Amino acid sequence: MALSKETVDYVAHLSRIELTPAELEKLSKQLEAVLEHIDRLSSLDVSKIPPTSHILPLQNVLRPDVPAASLPVDKALRNAPDRQGNFFGVPKVIE
Amino acid sequence: MELFKNTAHQLKALLEQGTIKASDITASLKQRIQTVDARVKAYVRFDRTDFEPAASASSPAPLAGIPITIKDNICTEGIPTECCSRILEGFRPPYDATVIRKLKEAGARILPVKANMDEFAFGSSTENSYFGATHNPWDLQCVPGGSSGGSAACVAADEAIVALGSDTGGSIRQPAALCGVVGLKPTYGRVSRYGLIAFASSLDQIGPISKDVRDNALLLNTIAGHDPMDATSVDMPVPDYTGALAKDVKNLKIGIPKEFFVEGMDTQVKTSVLEAIKTLKDLGAQTREISLPHTDFSVPVYYILATAEASSNLARFDGVQYGFRATSAKLIDMYKKTRGEGFGEEAKRRILLGTFALSHGYYDAYYLRALKVRTLIKQDFDRAFADCDCIITPTAPTPAFKIGEKAENPLQMYLSDVYTISANLAGIPAISVPCGFAGGLPVGLQIMARPFAEETLFRVAYTYEQSTDWHTRKPAL
Repeated sequence: MALSKETVDYVAHLSRIELTPAELEKLSKQLEAVLEHIDRLSSLDVSKIPPTSHILPLQNVLRPDVPAASLPVDKALRNAPDRQGNFFGVPKVIE
Repeated sequence: MELFKNTAHQLKALLEQGTIKASDITASLKQRIQTVDARVKAYVRFDRTDFEPAASASSPAPLAGIPITIKDNICTEGIPTECCSRILEGFRPPYDATVIRKLKEAGARILPVKANMDEFAFGSSTENSYFGATHNPWDLQCVPGGSSGGSAACVAADEAIVALGSDTGGSIRQPAALCGVVGLKPTYGRVSRYGLIAFASSLDQIGPISKDVRDNALLLNTIAGHDPMDATSVDMPVPDYTGALAKDVKNLKIGIPKEFFVEGMDTQVKTSVLEAIKTLKDLGAQTREISLPHTDFSVPVYYILATAEASSNLARFDGVQYGFRATSAKLIDMYKKTRGEGFGEEAKRRILLGTFALSHGYYDAYYLRALKVRTLIKQDFDRAFADCDCIITPTAPTPAFKIGEKAENPLQMYLSDVYTISANLAGIPAISVPCGFAGGLPVGLQIMARPFAEETLFRVAYTYEQSTDWHTRKPAL
């Protein structure tokens, strides 16, 4: 299918990725070529075929609800680009 | 002593005899890496890491003293794990992946330098690494394949004894083939994915890359098995896979899918694979032509499902919890800048494609349709395995290509996975073993089997390996 730059720009926004104008240009063209190849899927009649999301005969894998140790706060925060006390620091969310 | 040349089982014997110490092996490896890695570039961060691996359980643990190389997307506590991406810069995991815990318990020594890879395992050439490309040890102008190109190249170049990779659409088998080593993608659910930084959760598996089939079986013995931390790992007994290493393919039924032997396959690759099939036939196996009619749809199905899952899995890289963060006064701009500057080009392409396939108005036409065609592909294999014990194909359509050759054409790059992708979609195990050379570059033979029939793979691969000497060839470095 034809893939407009507007669509790619919108999808980039959904993905929270900032693209430069040059990237937008290049990626739009490349993605269009890939989608063209993918479009061969539309030649198959799949109206009566059930979807397969994974191949194992497993559903609703449960475990006993027993409390166990989780990652200590210090360890969990060790890789944070910005740590504020026992929290991840981020730019102000509420004005 | 050039200990680095040995396999794990050879070193295990030497260690048990008391002829060598575990530290002799790591010293030998370190020297080898210093000698050749400036050319191969299989490892990342070698220059800024203390090489000495921590000792763990000693004899009689099954892998006591054996050093293991780990791909940069498998979490190793305290050791940098960056998926060869800028966005994970400086990340030191606070825990070990289950496979790492198991290897340590088995006495293996985890190397503190990690193997290069395509960023987030997105690629078939290891060119998409933030740290730069790995070179094929057989021809430094060529790619090693990918995405586990570092793992395969370091085993081929004797810069590692054995390595772990991950395989989502061929990322263990294709580089193993292009580098002339043995690579296994286990059945989906055979090995825990806990601590493997997720690419496509319904397709990813961790597996061994080794110099011979015996080492591969030895490593799978340790890493396979159920794990409560991975709900998709299956609770089935783990056999001793080395018990399957018998030279016996008498009456084994080999299926040869006619859809794989078509246009696009290099003629020398074709000759090598047909010759390998003949070797197995001479040893008593039976062959029959089979049909996997939906083969042509595996690449398009894969590039919808894998990118859709990736776009969701990679949402966690937002500059908040770990890795790189770009500065911006507003939160949403911080996300966008961080991801715009932190992800490489192929990662962006895949996230965009996956987000598109899942977005409103396109979901049914792309994502849901791909899930349905996945059912057809799986049914093809179910039918085929009713009639044969294993399926044999080439691992890749061509030998290693030149660095840069496909870099600007993503679709061409995606098509280099055409023979490996369907095993991930169907969840079945598959192994690649060396089966010859094309223009001086290694060719790989792919063997696929029913779910959880890794023993069949090892038996066929071992029988073939022991009847040929391809696995003893080494690149001149």
